[in-house]
Amino acid sequence: MTATLPQLPSGIDSFKVVSKYSEPVRRPVEPVGRYFLAHASRIMRGHTWSEYEKLEAERNVKQVELDNDDDIGDEEQDEELLEHDPREWKTADLYAVLGLSKLRYRATEDQVRRAHRKLVLKHHPDKKSASGGLDQDGFFKIIQKAFEVMMDPVKRRQYDSVDTNADVVPPPAKSKYDFFEAWGPVFASEARFSKKQPVPLLGTLESSKEEVDAFYAFWGKFDSWKTFEFKDEDVPDDTANRDHKRYIERKNVSNRKKLKQEDNKRIIDLVERAYSEDPRIKLFKDAAKKEKERKKWEREAGSRKAAEEAAAKKAAEEEAAKKAAEEAASSKVNAKKAKEAAKAAKKKNKRAIRGSAKEADYFGDAGKSADIEADIDTIIEKLDDVQLGSVAGKVNGANADSVKQVISETASELIGAGKLEKSYLKYF
Amino acid sequence: MSAVIGISFGNTSSSIAVATQDGKVDVIANPDGDRAIPSVLSYVGADEYHGAQAKAQLIRNPKNTIINFRDLIGKNFDDADVSGSKYGAPAVKLDDGKIGYQITRDNGNIETVTVAEATKRHMLQMKVAAEDYIGKKVEGVVITVPTDFHAHQREELTKIVNDAGLKVLQMINEPSAALLAHLSAEESRLTEDKLYVVADFGGVRSDAAVIAARGGVFTILATAHKHGLGGDLLDDALAEYFAKEFEKKKKTNPRTNARSLAKLKAESITVKKTLSNVQTSTCSIDSLAEGFDFHTTINRLRYELTARLVLSDMTSFIELVVTKAGLENLDIDEVLLVGGTSHTPKLASNVSFVFPESTVIVSPALDSKALNPEELVCRGAALQASMVESFDEEEIKESLQPVVVNTQHLSKSIGIKDAEGNFTPILVAETAYPIKKSIEVTNGSSTSVVIDLYEGHRTVKETVIEAEKYSDDEEDDYSDEEPEVKKEIVYVPGTLLAQLPIKDLKPNSKLEVIVNITHDGTLHVSGRELKQGSVAVKGEIQA
Ligand SMILES: Nc1ncnc2c1ncn2[C@@H]1O[C@H](COP(=O)(O)OP(=O)(O)OP(=O)(O)O)[C@@H](O)[C@H]1O
Ligand SMILES: [Mg+2]
Repeated sequence: MTATLPQLPSGIDSFKVVSKYSEPVRRPVEPVGRYFLAHASRIMRGHTWSEYEKLEAERNVKQVELDNDDDIGDEEQDEELLEHDPREWKTADLYAVLGLSKLRYRATEDQVRRAHRKLVLKHHPDKKSASGGLDQDGFFKIIQKAFEVMMDPVKRRQYDSVDTNADVVPPPAKSKYDFFEAWGPVFASEARFSKKQPVPLLGTLESSKEEVDAFYAFWGKFDSWKTFEFKDEDVPDDTANRDHKRYIERKNVSNRKKLKQEDNKRIIDLVERAYSEDPRIKLFKDAAKKEKERKKWEREAGSRKAAEEAAAKKAAEEEAAKKAAEEAASSKVNAKKAKEAAKAAKKKNKRAIRGSAKEADYFGDAGKSADIEADIDTIIEKLDDVQLGSVAGKVNGANADSVKQVISETASELIGAGKLEKSYLKYF
Repeated sequence: MSAVIGISFGNTSSSIAVATQDGKVDVIANPDGDRAIPSVLSYVGADEYHGAQAKAQLIRNPKNTIINFRDLIGKNFDDADVSGSKYGAPAVKLDDGKIGYQITRDNGNIETVTVAEATKRHMLQMKVAAEDYIGKKVEGVVITVPTDFHAHQREELTKIVNDAGLKVLQMINEPSAALLAHLSAEESRLTEDKLYVVADFGGVRSDAAVIAARGGVFTILATAHKHGLGGDLLDDALAEYFAKEFEKKKKTNPRTNARSLAKLKAESITVKKTLSNVQTSTCSIDSLAEGFDFHTTINRLRYELTARLVLSDMTSFIELVVTKAGLENLDIDEVLLVGGTSHTPKLASNVSFVFPESTVIVSPALDSKALNPEELVCRGAALQASMVESFDEEEIKESLQPVVVNTQHLSKSIGIKDAEGNFTPILVAETAYPIKKSIEVTNGSSTSVVIDLYEGHRTVKETVIEAEKYSDDEEDDYSDEEPEVKKEIVYVPGTLLAQLPIKDLKPNSKLEVIVNITHDGTLHVSGRELKQGSVAVKGEIQA
């Protein structure tokens, strides 16, 4: 259905703008399908983009997936920095320029790139004039210089060499401070300049003497890669005055050398001061002194100690001898008692065995009672204590047949063992 | 001669498609006959298995079977979720912090297979399958990734696919590929201005995007991702149901043994897929545990009850992405269900239940003409591949620059107010510019008319539909039940932007109103009579 336009009211003669349309939103379109291709060629047709437009298209986009710049934060530049003379850009804090004054030498290339993009969008002259701002691009020039330095690994090392803002300063002399809290970060920070990596760190009060010695040995021979080209005076590029140019160049070289020497001296002073204030060094010295005293005392007290030892030894020996004698005596008594007990047991057992035949009415052979008793006596004499006990146990309370059997068996066992001649026995 | 193909690469499965000359798309089956090729590699001694054959090894040889590695590409072990490898070869941290697998090869040698290497081997197999089917060498590929694949992961995947001998012509987002395939099925659909939700339910994750299509140009307004929500949870629910039943019958717990669990899981997947097509399915597992076989049947209703919670999470997930776009369900013209799990009939019916009747739910369960949801993404990739094939690398690269892709979009609709005071849109919100569009209007009986250019203002119109009166006595009690309210979105004239008079017309002439926004944001409006030699009246609004 086609719409019908309203009748022209009076008072409108020609085209009239009432209002702007709502602020558009920049979003990525999906690069698929032929209508995208048509859209792309519509945009690209005869169009070249300024760097600002490109960066804005990259940054000021409503992305639906999270795009996180949390790591670089949202640092603002202060007025002084914004008004810094671009001709004097080298004296500006280039990390602060990029909003990276917390990260500094730790900022990765990607972080530098993202920080730069953010700044360009804010400070690009196109943007400023577009928003009616002053056509002042001094700070933008500094941003570009800073970016150039940071993206070139050689220039960045040169800048990091002189970036004293990143240094951790040692505690003021004669102030009260915790040695490890104050000096640990100082060395951790200087460590980044070492040609040799890894660098031993300060450690703690508990560090061993070897560790502490290794630490000071390393720092005593500290070899840094710091270089001072960034402090060079600009070499004039007019060829007219060659002598002057060469003069500046020579001056730069000697200046770099001087700065390098100063920096080496600075490290040496730092290490010396730390050494002199290190509580561990004092502890180690004290410990060494004590050890020496101990040794000396030992040496002097040596003979007395030997005498003491000899006396102690003698006392111990006497004690041991006395104890041994007591033990021997008491064991003698015990042995005697045991012997007597054994004897008594033997007697009792023998009596039991002898009695058993009689109790069994001589197995119905009362006529041969003498032979039987004689035989039993012979057998008993051949039995040892254990056997006696065992036989006595077996005959105790047994009936006649069993008693007879037990004694017969005992007899044949003894005969078998060669302890008894069969011919000695009359009955069994 | 060589060919270009589209590949969709999922954690669970991958597909290959190729567009033919006449704009049709074939989804390619691999030598096993699978179109959804499991993204799985398995090693037995010197042999490498791929696809369904590798997946089958999860029962006998899980420790040497690499699964769910797509999302681990370009990630470090410490910031990756490696829980997806739980039932396969365990993911381990490598010396460089990346992720890999320790695979036992022949003679008990341990081979470390990195995620990148696994991906490369998978792609080599995909290439072989494609060339086998097409009968030509395959050189170029358009490959898809989820929208949350970050720049580094995209770079890394591009490198790996190139290494596998497939030149990446372009890497595109999964939902856009799916939408492209869906809308390309009928020419006229592509240029309709509509809002879509593309909801992709896979195996181990779900993804959704709200996409505005304006004159065939797609813009993603919001995305949502839920890792862990997907078909695997449906399998787990079913496996647990079967485990309970087996336990009751045999007094044996089949969950205590990895092998039994793997058998349960494998059979549950089969049962689940069967139940997407028919009402009942058998489940039969030989020697499930302690030598007992397991045979049972389950009907769809029972399954849907078992999987109720997972399915309702999926529906809420779709509603979430709509909210994230700052919209209401009412604003959505179509929900396109994508991914293997979107075969599930209950999912489609749940979704249609939470959206108003005016929203079309695209799913094979509701419309038999709908394309296979599992194949939509690779179809779109294949279409894109055939489209960019004729361009050289530089041209493609140039059109993908941020300054081209990141485009200004109107935040409000722009249109005219008609004689009755209604708003007629010409350019709808989220239209990317530069753009030019026209509509045809008439002056009716007036000889002089005005083009009142307005921004549209969104209102929700509520119409009360009187509850039907039932003559039935029983129903009387319910007759004053809440009346149904039908809601619809109506745009009314909001801010007046400009007025353009057109004078001296014959009644009932045909007129044309043209709105053109140039690259720099200047809006040109013009009106003219649709006849030979007519002079247009014009005006412009500076950005
Ligand atoms: N007919 C079907 N009915 C129900 N579910 C199915 C059907 N076919 C496949 N699936 C399920 O779909 C899931 C795989 O879907 P898809 O291939 O889209 O996942 P993917 O994109 O590879 O994986 P992910 O999204 O986890 O990265 C599996 O859980 C599978 O069981
Ligand atoms: Mg998927």
